[in-house]
Amino acid sequence: MAVHHAPESWVRKYLLSTDHKIICFQYMFTGMALAIVGGFFSYVFRMQMAFPGMNVPGWGLVTPADYNMLVTNHGAIMIFWVAMPVLIAAFGNYLIPLMIGADDMVFPKINRLSYQIFLLSAVVLFVSFFVDGGGSAGAWTMYPPLMSKDEYSLTGTGSSVFLVAIALEFVAFLLGGINFVTTAMNARAPGMRYQDIPIVVWMIVIATVVFMASVGPLVAGAIMMLFDQQLGTAFFDPNRGGDPILWQHLFWFFGHPEVYVVLLPATGITAEIITVFSRKKLFAYMTVVNTAIATGILSFLVWAHHQFVAGIDPRMANIFTVTTLIISIPVAEMMFVYIATLYGGSITLATPMLWALGFIFTFLIGGVTGIFLGASGADIYLHDTYFVLAHFHYTFFPIAIIGAFAGITFWFPKMFGRHMNETLGKIHFWGTFFGFNAIFIPLFITGVLGDHRRIFDYSNFPELTTPMMDGMRQFATISLIVMLGFQLVFLYNFLTSLVWGRKAEKNPWLANTLEWTTDSPPPHGNWPELPTVYRGPYEYSVPDRKDDFWPQNVPS
Amino acid sequence: MPTGRLAVWWIIASEIVIFGGLLASYVMYRLAHDAFAEQAAHTNTWIGAFNTFVLLTSSLSAVLAHQAADAGDGPKAARLLQYTMGGGLIFITVKAFEWTSEIQHGFTIASNTFWSFYYTAAGIHAAHVIAGVVIMGFVANTARRNLELQRVELIGLYWHFVDIVWIFLFPLLYIAK
Repeated sequence: MAVHHAPESWVRKYLLSTDHKIICFQYMFTGMALAIVGGFFSYVFRMQMAFPGMNVPGWGLVTPADYNMLVTNHGAIMIFWVAMPVLIAAFGNYLIPLMIGADDMVFPKINRLSYQIFLLSAVVLFVSFFVDGGGSAGAWTMYPPLMSKDEYSLTGTGSSVFLVAIALEFVAFLLGGINFVTTAMNARAPGMRYQDIPIVVWMIVIATVVFMASVGPLVAGAIMMLFDQQLGTAFFDPNRGGDPILWQHLFWFFGHPEVYVVLLPATGITAEIITVFSRKKLFAYMTVVNTAIATGILSFLVWAHHQFVAGIDPRMANIFTVTTLIISIPVAEMMFVYIATLYGGSITLATPMLWALGFIFTFLIGGVTGIFLGASGADIYLHDTYFVLAHFHYTFFPIAIIGAFAGITFWFPKMFGRHMNETLGKIHFWGTFFGFNAIFIPLFITGVLGDHRRIFDYSNFPELTTPMMDGMRQFATISLIVMLGFQLVFLYNFLTSLVWGRKAEKNPWLANTLEWTTDSPPPHGNWPELPTVYRGPYEYSVPDRKDDFWPQNVPS
Repeated sequence: MPTGRLAVWWIIASEIVIFGGLLASYVMYRLAHDAFAEQAAHTNTWIGAFNTFVLLTSSLSAVLAHQAADAGDGPKAARLLQYTMGGGLIFITVKAFEWTSEIQHGFTIASNTFWSFYYTAAGIHAAHVIAGVVIMGFVANTARRNLELQRVELIGLYWHFVDIVWIFLFPLLYIAK
C-alpha cells in the first residue's frame, strides 16, 4: 500500500521513528559506537599485559582495579552492547520485514520502545563508570562472591548499576524479540511458506526464541544478586546458607545458549552471502534449518561445561562433556553445508564474500578448539587459561565482528542506496583477518604454557616471563593495535560512502530475496505494492533460464 | 492466531522461565535445607489461602469480561474488568498488611534464605499483579467506549498467568512446612 507522508522533522524521522529500518540504524550505530569503547578497553589492558607498568597512551597507568574494570566491561560491552544489538537487533529489524515482504514490524511502537530501553541501558552502563569506586570489576560472568561483596570487587555501587544496565538490556531484547517472532510468524507475504523463508530470518527467529527461553533464570538471578549486594540477602553467600554455584548455574543456563543466540544470525548472514556470490542454490536448505533448531535445543543442555572446576559432581561433568561434544555435530554439519554450497559454484570474491569465507575459516578454528575444552579432563588443565580466552575469541570474533562486517558490506547498498568502496573494503578485510589471527594464535600457545586469564602482571611468575612468553604477549598486543588501526579504514570507507559512494540500483548483487526487489534505500512502507512470493530464496543458476537468478516475487 | 494473542503468549513464555528459574532455585535450596520448613512455619497459611481465593475469583470476572467483549458489549466488559482490578487491589492490600506484620515480628528479607526467597518471589509476583491492574485500567478505559475490545482477552490471558504463578507460590511458600 502506498502511504503518503508529510515531511517530518529530523527528530521525528530519525530519533522517534517507528520505521523498522530507522530502528535498525539506531541499533547499528549505537552498537558501533560501543564497539569503539570495547575495543579501546581491550587496547588498554593488552598494553598492560605486554608492557606491565607502562603508562598507556590515552589512559595512563593501569592499576589492578582498572584492569579488572576494563576486562569486565570489555566482555560485557562486546557481548551485550555490540553483538546483540548489531547482529540480532539491527539485522533482525532490517531484514525480517524486508525479507518476508512486510511493510513493517507488527508492533512498531514496541519496537521503538525496545530501542529506547536499550539506549537507556547503555546510558546506565556509562553511569556505572563514573560512580564511586568506578565501573564494575566483577567480570562479565559476575560470579559471587566477587560480584556480590564490595570488599572483593571494590566496586559496590558500580556493580549494582552494572546489573541494572544488564537487566534493562534484557528487557529491551525481550520486547524486540516478541516483535521478531510474531512478525515472522504472522506477517509473511502471500505465498511465502515456511520453506521459502530466507535462512537468515530463520536464524534470527530461532536465536530470538532461544534468547527468550534462556534469559529468564538470569533475570531472576540478577534480581537475587542485586538484593545480595544492596539488601543483605544471602542467596549466594555460603556462610549464611546460600550457594555461589547457584549463580553459575543461573548465569550459564543463559550464558551458553547466548553463544548460539549470536552465532545463528551470523551463520544466517553467511548463508545469504555465499549463495549469492557462488551463484548456487543453498546445498541443503532443510538441513540448515534443522541443524539450527537442533543447535538451539542442545544449547540448553551444555551449560555446566563452564563449571567443570567449580566443584560440581564428576558424574554430572561426564554428562555435560557428552552433550557438549554432541552440539558440535549440528554446527559442523551446517559448516559442511556451506562448504558444499561453495563447491562447483562460480565464486566472486567481493568484499562481503571475503567476510563470509573468513567467518567459516575462523569459526571452524573456534569450534575445533572447543572440543578440548568440552572434554572435562582436558578442561581441568586448560580452564581459565589464555587457551580458553583464545578459543572463545575465535568463536565470538567471527560471530560479532566478521559476521557483522559481512552483513554491513552486503546490505550497505540496500540500507543507504550507495556502494562502499571495494578496494578499501578488501584492505580492511585482510588487515582485520590477519590482525585477528595474529592476536590469538600466540595466546593459544601462552595459554597452554600456563598463562592464567585473571593475572594482571606476570612479573612475579618467573616461569611465565621467559623471553618467548613476553615476546608472544607483545606480538599479540601489537597485532591488536594494527588490527584496530585497520578499523579506521572501515570507518573512513563507511562514512565517505554514505555521502559519495557510487549510487546503488535495486539489486546490485543480482540476488533473489525480497529486499532486493524494492528501491535502495526502501521507502517508508518498503514497497508501493507488497510482493507475492512464488518460490524459495535460493534459485540461482536454474538450467534453461536466461538469468542466473530468479527473484522470489517473479511469477513463473 | 491473531497477532496480539500470539505476542501475549510469547510474553508469557518468557515470563515462565523467569519464575521458573527462581522457583527451581527455591526448590533446590528447600530440598537441601530442612531448616526451611521451620522458617516456613511462621508464614500465615490462612492469609495466603484468603489471597489465593481472592486472586482466583478475580480471574472469573476477567473471563466474563472476555465473554462480554466477544459479544461486543464494551461497557459490560469494562465493568467486569473493574471487579478483577478490585480483586487485585484486595490482594495487594492484604499482602501489605501481611508483610508489615511479618517484618514487625523480625522476619525481614535479610533474615535468612527462606525469607529472602519469600519476599523476592512474592515481591516479583506482586509487581506483576500491580502491573496487571494498571494495564487493566487502560484496557477498561478503551473498552468502555467499545474500542479495541480484543485487548480484553489479552489482558485476561496475562491475568490468568499471574494467577497460575501464585498457585505455585502458595503451596511452596505457605503450605509446605
